Amino acid sequence: MSAKKLFYTIPYAVWLALFVIVPLILLVFQALTNQSGHFTFDNFAAYLSSGTYLRMTINSVLYAFLITAITLLISYPTAYFLTQLKHHSFWILIIILPTWINLLLKAYAFIGLLSKDGTVNSFIQLLGAAPQQLLFTNASFILVSSYIEIPFMILPIYNALTEIDPNLIQASRDLGANSWTTLKKVIFPLSLSGVKTGIQAVFIPSLSLFMITRLIGGNRVITLGTAIEEHFLSTQNWHMGSTIGVVLVLAMFITMYLTRDNKKKGGRR
Amino acid sequence: MSQPIIELKNVSLNYNDVRVLHNVDMEIEQGKFYTLLGPSGSGKSTILSLISGRLFPTEGDVFIDGKNVSNLPANKRQVNTVFQNYNLFPNMNVYENVAYGPNLKKLPKARVDELVKQMLSLVRLDEFIDREISELSGGQQQRVAIARALANEPKVLLLDEPLSALDYKLRKEMQYELREIQQRLGITFIFVTHDQEEALAMSDWIFVMQDGRIEQNGTPVDIYDEPINHFVADFIGEANIVDGVMKEDYLVNFAGKDFKNVDAGMRPNERVEVVIRPEDLDIVAPAKGKLQVTIDDQSFRGDFYEITAIDDYGNEWAVQETNPAKIGQRRGLNFDPEDIHIMRLAETEEEFDARIESYED
Repeated sequence: MSAKKLFYTIPYAVWLALFVIVPLILLVFQALTNQSGHFTFDNFAAYLSSGTYLRMTINSVLYAFLITAITLLISYPTAYFLTQLKHHSFWILIIILPTWINLLLKAYAFIGLLSKDGTVNSFIQLLGAAPQQLLFTNASFILVSSYIEIPFMILPIYNALTEIDPNLIQASRDLGANSWTTLKKVIFPLSLSGVKTGIQAVFIPSLSLFMITRLIGGNRVITLGTAIEEHFLSTQNWHMGSTIGVVLVLAMFITMYLTRDNKKKGGRR
Repeated sequence: MSQPIIELKNVSLNYNDVRVLHNVDMEIEQGKFYTLLGPSGSGKSTILSLISGRLFPTEGDVFIDGKNVSNLPANKRQVNTVFQNYNLFPNMNVYENVAYGPNLKKLPKARVDELVKQMLSLVRLDEFIDREISELSGGQQQRVAIARALANEPKVLLLDEPLSALDYKLRKEMQYELREIQQRLGITFIFVTHDQEEALAMSDWIFVMQDGRIEQNGTPVDIYDEPINHFVADFIGEANIVDGVMKEDYLVNFAGKDFKNVDAGMRPNERVEVVIRPEDLDIVAPAKGKLQVTIDDQSFRGDFYEITAIDDYGNEWAVQETNPAKIGQRRGLNFDPEDIHIMRLAETEEEFDARIESYED
């Protein structure tokens, strides 16, 4: 690359260094030192030997998995349906629109809907049933998280689906496949890259959700995100917080690896 | 004649309220190589779509094997298509692409293997069985597409301009191979092309189409030698077309002279169009020629010279000669009575066939 081209990368390189690389180094440094600043693996030992942290990790992975699975189940058929519509770019815009609204606002809106004297309970009472505890439950946490993540799943799947050559579907029909077999053998495999991108976009952020765990889950759901927040803001144990942060970064890399685009090479059958 | 394997009866198709196919009748017999020939937009691919089940007729009916399939979806019809841009599945390798149809039919694994190997060897791609589609050249992809369609053991193979994306030399090779595959398997091929040379070289029977209508159908020789109208004469090969008058049976007047010919069955003094193919014209000494012309232009075409000459009435004549001529020279044009073909204005195919039959044999 010429020096001139390199010149244009300076603003972002500076940005990257200041807000990504330096923080990452600091994070790893904090995780590998104790309160008195000595190098140690104690934080990781504490993380691995503590039942609480491991339970939190399993919890986080489990919830993130559930949220991802639910969004995928809703998003794939939706994305597929959208591609069949006449004005699909308009409808996809409608779906993206909510992502422009602040997350906190949406969370508060759900509190209004789900609280003891919220809209949903008023409706339940209207039907003559007793009001239910909806807020601060696992179910409400998963519901709201999925709601927030759905557009990030629909968009990549939709993009992958629109890139499929419609002639391939004709070819499949011509060779004797019905619509279901065509979906299973041609359309789905060809949209897999979009599904993987969607999983990355939903699973990784879901691992570290903490605001929704507080506002909607009411601290009944404790995930790694909640733990990090707790360590940095309440217990002031930045070293332990950083350790969990490093664990999350590792989890992110593992997810990226598992959902990578493995281009097939020849010789397989 | 046995029952046709495919029959279109009075088929019309509207597309967004525009009629793109007008009352097409067509009979396709078992085991022959058919070509639908016409310029783009003439409706030839539309007919293929109607046979394969990608489109359904607005009026009329499509029969396969005597059964009315007008409303049967593509996946339930025993015909398969080789598409113009191959449409191979990029998520599958060569084997999986060819095995797609047989696997859908739930054939036993051994039979599928056998079919795939057989078809790939037919298109001479045995070595490529494990390759990914992205690793193949255009010509190889085309062969895989043919093998994939044939692996379904169709009664009729539809080929939608399958060679148009290949370069000239490869196209020639594939024309020969396709013809050979068709004869070896003995199944019916319906081939769509806009290339008249391709159509003449490969087909047993040609349907010439224009504007959603079949203009003429017949053997390549029939269509070349006896085009029904100006469009067909002009579209198939090169043709000199001049206005003339059919004075009586076997006597035509054009370029200011009377000529003996071999056509009959018109009204006396009917206005007609006269066709003479460039290769049927010979350049001779002025006195020996039936027509006297001035050489206007010539271009070298490799195996012949394309010479343009103008007669005294201003008609342009294209002539193909192996020897060059001198521009500006006075020469004669010679031709035989059999080389003159007469076309009536606005004669339908039925009328044409009936008239030919009335005086031949």
